[in-house]
Amino acid sequence: MNSSFASPLYAKRRRRNVITMALSYAATGFGLTWLVVILAVLLWEGFSGLSLAVFTEMTPPPGSAGGLLNPIAGSLVMTVIAVLVGTPLGMLAGTYMAEYGRYDKLTMVVRFINDILLSAPSIVIGLFIYEIMVAQMGHFSGWAGAVSLAVIVVPVVVRTTEDMLILVPDTLREAAASIGLPRSLMIRRIAYRAARAGLVTGVLLAVARISGETAPLLFTALNNQFWSLNLNAPVSSLPVVIFQFALSPYKDWQKLAWTGALIITMAVLALSIVARILAAQRKTS
Amino acid sequence: MSVATLTVPTVVHAPGNAEDLTEKISIRDLDFYYGDHRALKSVTVPLYQGKVTAFIGPSGCGKSTLLRILNRMYDLYPNQRATGHVRLDNDDILSTSQDLNLLRAKVGMVFQKPTPFPMTIFENIAFGIRLYERLPRAELEDRVKQALERAALWEEVKDKLGANGLSLSGGQQQRLCIARTVAVRPEVILFDEPCSALDPISTAKIEELIDELKDDYTIAIVTHNMQQAARVSDFTAFMYLGELVEFGETTKIFTTPNDRRTQDYITGRFG
Repeated sequence: MNSSFASPLYAKRRRRNVITMALSYAATGFGLTWLVVILAVLLWEGFSGLSLAVFTEMTPPPGSAGGLLNPIAGSLVMTVIAVLVGTPLGMLAGTYMAEYGRYDKLTMVVRFINDILLSAPSIVIGLFIYEIMVAQMGHFSGWAGAVSLAVIVVPVVVRTTEDMLILVPDTLREAAASIGLPRSLMIRRIAYRAARAGLVTGVLLAVARISGETAPLLFTALNNQFWSLNLNAPVSSLPVVIFQFALSPYKDWQKLAWTGALIITMAVLALSIVARILAAQRKTS
Repeated sequence: MSVATLTVPTVVHAPGNAEDLTEKISIRDLDFYYGDHRALKSVTVPLYQGKVTAFIGPSGCGKSTLLRILNRMYDLYPNQRATGHVRLDNDDILSTSQDLNLLRAKVGMVFQKPTPFPMTIFENIAFGIRLYERLPRAELEDRVKQALERAALWEEVKDKLGANGLSLSGGQQQRLCIARTVAVRPEVILFDEPCSALDPISTAKIEELIDELKDDYTIAIVTHNMQQAARVSDFTAFMYLGELVEFGETTKIFTTPNDRRTQDYITGRFG
């Protein structure tokens, strides 16, 4: 071994390395601790309230038994509509940015605006939809809730679509062009296929993102105590029910709020796991 | 595999002198610009029908650039333009009204890195055929088989046509790409360093293939490997710093080049 390794310079470097590593571990531990505590409390409080009734009965008035069927159904319906509206828009915009307009100025402008939208506080989006839909229609509605969620979906999907398509190597595009494939076909049949797992992951991430959103729904879909899938009327949703029940003074409402929180968390966890598995497949295939 | 020496190359198919040569692609006074950078400087060179023309020269000399003009591949990118005259038979390749998809169907290309499409082996070939012809299933299967046979890959893949194209080895993938190109029935095939990512055995197979293909196609190949140029080509063009230094029969270029720079390059003194 070279004698210079024992020099004071090297000793100093080693000390610095040990300190940096200790700080990194400490920061990681600090972050993870709170996550574990939150999850532990959630599991503890949530599981004790979990029963079949949660999935079969409506939200109860204070003091009586009930479940979360109407908010679960409302959340599902609004999420599905938001994804159905937001995904095509986001995919097409992302496709423009990565394929047709990759070198255009417009793409840079769209990317900049999209990044702003991506980090816009969701309460602002709720207010915006309140102004253009709820105020115009004169009442809260499931449609308004779904649209406000769609506005959150779009930038997430735009971003992942662009990123995933840019990861598709140019050599593959050239190969497609070299047999005379028109660009639209190349995108549909080659680029989408090569990026498929990533594109699906993007949509799943968007779903995970909107499934916990409360603020935009407060201003748009509001809430509904009863079973209703009429999208022209207020519709119940899990986040809003959690918000309302958790703030209430009633023990059984608070219990249901914990259970609702557990259901959302588990659903998002499941989605994230599926997204991870798909992303891993992309790397190996 | 016999390795040709540099001074006495083994040219298997040297053209006979009495042979009539038809220009399949003619390139006259061709300039090419990447933005403001002039990458090709009034290049004039013919590609003869049914012959293999090799483009050699040090990195950055413009040989790949030249190849990518012949099927207008550069059109995929901004700020690149070509001026001059490039004709395929009597068709102006550089014309703004040129239908690029039809041009590329006529002028196929095989790339440095194998680029199978993310689909099955069968679909990799059938995909290109379906672009131009509607065939009954049996006929389509036959065409796929022909193309794979042409690329000397059929025997290796006939039992796994449903496997993903990406599951093949590098050399097999490259032959799959050649089959894909051949299946579209082009008139010209451009090879852009087709063996630089392959092992020697795969390389030998591809070279053999190029030799067979030239009966039906006009071929241009860019290569860094001078023995390869000597082995597979009938004509060789030596390029340097964006200029065409010398063009001639491969035997001539590799034995008695006219230009000092050609001689220095093929004897390994630079590049």
